[in-house]
Amino acid sequence: MATTINVQPVSRIEGHARIVVQLDDAGNVDDAKFHVFALRGFEKFCEGRPVEEMPRIVNRICGICPWNHHLASAKATDGIFGVTPPPTALKLRRLAQNLSWIPDKLLHFYFLAAPDFVLGPDTDPAQRNVVGIALANPELTRKVAHMRQEGAMVLEHWLGKVIHPVAAAPGGFAKPLLEEERKEYLEKTKEQLEFAKFTIKFAKEEVFPKYLDVVKELGVIKTGFIGTVTKDGTHEIHDGVLRLMKPDGTYTDFTYEEYTDYIGEHIEPWSYGKMPYAKKWDNGAFSMDLDNPMGIYRSNALARINVCDKMATPEAQKELEYFRSQFGQPAQLTLLYHWARLIELVENCEVAIQLLEDPEITGRDIRAKVEVKAGRGVGCVEAPRGTLIHDYTGDANGLITKANLIVGTTHNLAPINMSVKQAAMATIKAGKYDQGTLNRIEMAVRAYDP
Amino acid sequence: MAVKVASEWLNACSGCEISILNIGDAILDLIPEKIELVHIPALVDSKYFGALGDGKELTLPQATVGLISGGVRNKEHQEVAEEMRKKVDILIALGTCATNGGIPAQANMWKNDDVFAKVFRDCPTHDPVDTPTELVPPYTDSVKAIDEVVKVDIYLPGCPPHPKWIADALLALLDGKTAYALEERSVCDTCPVIREKKSGGGADIKRALVNYEYNPEEPIEKMRCIMEQGYLCVGAVTRAGCAGDTGAPRCIQSRQACRGCFGPIRKGARPLVDMMGALSSIGQNAQTVVDRRAMLNRFCGSHNNLRPLPQRPG
Repeated sequence: MATTINVQPVSRIEGHARIVVQLDDAGNVDDAKFHVFALRGFEKFCEGRPVEEMPRIVNRICGICPWNHHLASAKATDGIFGVTPPPTALKLRRLAQNLSWIPDKLLHFYFLAAPDFVLGPDTDPAQRNVVGIALANPELTRKVAHMRQEGAMVLEHWLGKVIHPVAAAPGGFAKPLLEEERKEYLEKTKEQLEFAKFTIKFAKEEVFPKYLDVVKELGVIKTGFIGTVTKDGTHEIHDGVLRLMKPDGTYTDFTYEEYTDYIGEHIEPWSYGKMPYAKKWDNGAFSMDLDNPMGIYRSNALARINVCDKMATPEAQKELEYFRSQFGQPAQLTLLYHWARLIELVENCEVAIQLLEDPEITGRDIRAKVEVKAGRGVGCVEAPRGTLIHDYTGDANGLITKANLIVGTTHNLAPINMSVKQAAMATIKAGKYDQGTLNRIEMAVRAYDP
Repeated sequence: MAVKVASEWLNACSGCEISILNIGDAILDLIPEKIELVHIPALVDSKYFGALGDGKELTLPQATVGLISGGVRNKEHQEVAEEMRKKVDILIALGTCATNGGIPAQANMWKNDDVFAKVFRDCPTHDPVDTPTELVPPYTDSVKAIDEVVKVDIYLPGCPPHPKWIADALLALLDGKTAYALEERSVCDTCPVIREKKSGGGADIKRALVNYEYNPEEPIEKMRCIMEQGYLCVGAVTRAGCAGDTGAPRCIQSRQACRGCFGPIRKGARPLVDMMGALSSIGQNAQTVVDRRAMLNRFCGSHNNLRPLPQRPG
């Protein structure tokens, strides 16, 4: 008899979703889908709001990456008013951007993903979580909790609010960095770099090798990739151009404003989540067929690691070179997202240190003069989960008339669906499955950190 | 024996859950000895339909304490809230979305069909399509606070709530108490800026297009009140507590104005009306607040504070 398996909620991810697997009469996978229910309607309720208020409204899109929405939004508001923030303000934003990624990476790797790897995919679900990790490795867990907290508290100490920040504004930044703050955060960030280097070494030596067979099989699909790079192709998360890479490694770079020329969105009748795709590929077709996907690209860490020519900093570059020597470019194995995330963690720490050692970072010229006028602004930054695109139009009164938002995980909705289907087909055969099997399907989702 | 805690997120952003984590090292002293997390999708693998996904009804485990972040936007949120209420002794509405609707309740200014029409039929990256209806839960008629759907025992507002209050509330419950509430004070009551009870910036409310006047080398105590500088700051009608029990209000620490993220000072207050009064009292023209209705109900659009405006004839 045909069976429906309803995995809900998908757990240890940073959002709401469910997986539905349909088995045929023989107990094999007929179909598997990843459903997203959330639709809050930001694009609608931002209409009419004052342009300068946007960075303080749209940060609520995500409580895990509010800084990234906040900064993308600030850039879009700069664009509407046609203003360029002073160099110090841009550096402060870039500093906040890099600092905000550090606790996020630690949270995802150790607390959300690690239970599957450290405890194993088939462990009793009641133990397969951060508490289980804490019981298995109490010292390391304390250290991780401490470092994550320290990372978050730098931003809170500096700017009052670490979740749903308010410091970025059209034309720049609301608060400078004082010299004593700079010194203190520099020391703390150096500690973060040491811990980041420990983390990637620990992962490479003790975590990933144990499950290489899983890495090579689970959720594997072949797609293109998107990410931000500087004009010379360096990995970048705050300001640059967008690079869209085909599965064969060829790519096109384009500016933020050109995104509508390259990215379309496909909508299925069974999900509120839209599915962005590369509309210049495959004659504009969209298909999630596992054997012949069309228009499908991925975002988030693995994508950024794949599209860049090099990393921005020396330690991260060494890690990229080793990664490429093992997996090539572009690397397609879905579970390598976990590895790519840690390469970026090293870069985040190094970039933050560079900025904190930059004499200009404590400057006082942090807000350009802003005058209300009509216009359009497209602001992009990378969030840990992928490229954020905030496209606003404002009228002569400085009120928003239109907003279009494509946010991190949205780019990955089609690929996640494909990985879920692939994982379900690879793990469920002739009606045989248990909770560990279903957890493996969820692991294919978790890799994307949706 | 450890107290069982269940946690759910509905029309939410996960910020409240990160705020729970920001309790910091202390949380590792509570878990698992004093608190057993029986259900929290962000961290624990507990499923509505059983570990094999074959259950027929949405089920949550029994717990002493339940936490819900996010408001209710669709029928599934409603079902989860009702099931949680049945299974827990004490229900906490965590964060301003749960207590007052939060930012997502700005959508209450429109009918649901207007939201769908914008999202699915007026977008530069795709052609107009029908609103998805297969397997997705239908919208409720508005974005609701939790207490519009089920009885709430404890309110912990904030966007996000400060970790201090989350920890204090949990510790109070672990001690056997059954009630916990933030004080009914305003953000201004906890704000150390200089106030002269008169506008120093003229009658018209200026827009937040520049940095406010302050010397970054000096503490906040030396900064003039942002409202008295002539800009909108809604601390007067917002519940205190955003910075825990220490320091200036958080946005003020960032040298930015309050926008009301802890919600109204007391249940049933009308921040729009009260703020108009506060502005008038220092000689400012409350009519000049840009985007007044949405601005002064930014975090509290549930409880009928925001509704679609009647269509103009013709």
